Amino acid sequence: MAVGTQYLAEQPRLRTTSFVLGGVALAALLAAPFFFYPIFLMSILCFALFACAFNLLIGYVGLLSFGHAAFFGGAAYFTAHAVKVWGWEPLSGILLGAAGAAGMGLIIGFLAIRRQGIYFAMITLALSQMFAFICLQAPFTHGEDGIQGVPRGHLLGIIDLNQPHAMYYLTLAIFLFGLFAIWRIVNSPFGNILKAIRENERRAISLGYRVDRYKLGAFVMSAALAGLAGGTKAIVFQFATLTDVQWQMSGEVILMTLLGGIGTMIGPIVGAGLVIALQNYLASSQFPVTVLIGIIFVICVLLFRRGIVGEILEFMKRKPKGTA
Amino acid sequence: MEFRGFVAVKDVTLSVNEGTIHALIGPNGAGKTTVFNLLTKFLTPTRGQIVFRGSDITGMRPAEVARLGLVRSFQISAVFPHLSVLDNVRVALQRPKGLATQFWLPFSSLSVLDERAMELIDAVNLSAYAHLTASELSYGRKRALEIATTLALDPAMLLLDEPMAGMGHEDIGRIADLIRRVAKNRTVLMVEHNLNVVADLCDRVTVLARGEILSDGSYATVSADPRVREAYMGTEHE
Repeated sequence: MAVGTQYLAEQPRLRTTSFVLGGVALAALLAAPFFFYPIFLMSILCFALFACAFNLLIGYVGLLSFGHAAFFGGAAYFTAHAVKVWGWEPLSGILLGAAGAAGMGLIIGFLAIRRQGIYFAMITLALSQMFAFICLQAPFTHGEDGIQGVPRGHLLGIIDLNQPHAMYYLTLAIFLFGLFAIWRIVNSPFGNILKAIRENERRAISLGYRVDRYKLGAFVMSAALAGLAGGTKAIVFQFATLTDVQWQMSGEVILMTLLGGIGTMIGPIVGAGLVIALQNYLASSQFPVTVLIGIIFVICVLLFRRGIVGEILEFMKRKPKGTA
Repeated sequence: MEFRGFVAVKDVTLSVNEGTIHALIGPNGAGKTTVFNLLTKFLTPTRGQIVFRGSDITGMRPAEVARLGLVRSFQISAVFPHLSVLDNVRVALQRPKGLATQFWLPFSSLSVLDERAMELIDAVNLSAYAHLTASELSYGRKRALEIATTLALDPAMLLLDEPMAGMGHEDIGRIADLIRRVAKNRTVLMVEHNLNVVADLCDRVTVLARGEILSDGSYATVSADPRVREAYMGTEHE
């Protein structure tokens, strides 16, 4: 009974703390383009959303996809094509990218979902490599060149996205929407079943749940959100290239999520920020970036296996017990 | 059922009458759990047929069998360890109440299930532990929680795999009472090693040994059968 009351007493304090922290973070995000280079910030936001979408699958369903680049990069191609060739309005182009990624997620997920662990990872890798090959060969992707010179255009025909700040706030709005969507999915009736499946799959089956359908549902949602990030990136950088569909990109998003903390809401954001910032600031230095990121990754895995945010949360969870 | 040529269960014609508590007993390795896995489709039979309430369920998948009202428990306690006791029961209630696929609703929408969930938790005497994480419960209470989640589906037939295994004396009495209570309008098939419980609780007993039915009937009939004694004791003249 004592434990029960303590449990109830801790809730409001935790809620206030997260509200305050969330407010500070939001204010910082709103003010950021006045202090940092907007393209750099938008790049972080796109990759952070990508990592969060990936984390929805590994952190809350327990499935390691090694093919998420296909959704991210695929959506970039769809959006770039719709906006440049068909002359679509940018936001509809981004939404088309997300829808296209969801469609690909349905196909790839349907073929992979019956397998687990390394087999699931290998099937998703193989299918995404097939897609990367299509992107290399198909005429509309322009092979090695990619789709270049995508116009940013006017949001809903009104707001000029060529203004860096307008583009930044659109990217931020999409990022916050994506983050809210993930938070809602995880904390929903559907999310509760996902949790149950991850905890004890056999028991979930014996309670009458068709677990493959729930997993496929989560896979498609993750793909759509990765697509949302990819489509936005195509508008921000005004191009879509092979880099975003190749397996190295799938690896990079795994790295970001691991660094930040699997299964935490903000871990992937921190991980993405760290990796992108390092790549950016070290790009001009003599030191090879990949080696440094590799070293950081090894240190992370050895010292804090839960990732940066995962370790902080664990530390905060332990602290009240020690002082009380 | 054959495993790579090894016949685990053979010629088992088991019929369980509606509304009875039926026990499946036998020495270790007799194939009791295999029979359970076959009935609930966690294993596919090499030959034979499974009929539940007049319909053939032999080709069905496990989740579909559960939806028909044939719900099992597991030998090793099957709870969702990191969910609270309340959430464990709510997970079971979500599907029958149509609240399992809504990914756009807030978590708090599940509170409509709380009343029924607390009734079920109360029925297994776990009300005081409703907000504890399931992994913090003692073994006996985990089993009780498992029964509560199974009952949440309001199944027509319950398959209990050793519900008393590893339980203390007082827990056994409580769970036996619970089973008797819930069996009033249901069919129960249970695997159980505790023969006192079987004698006390079950209307009919089937004895399985080496994958075949050895004896079948009331506890008195079965326990008087010399073949059953031999299977259990190893010798006829004990």
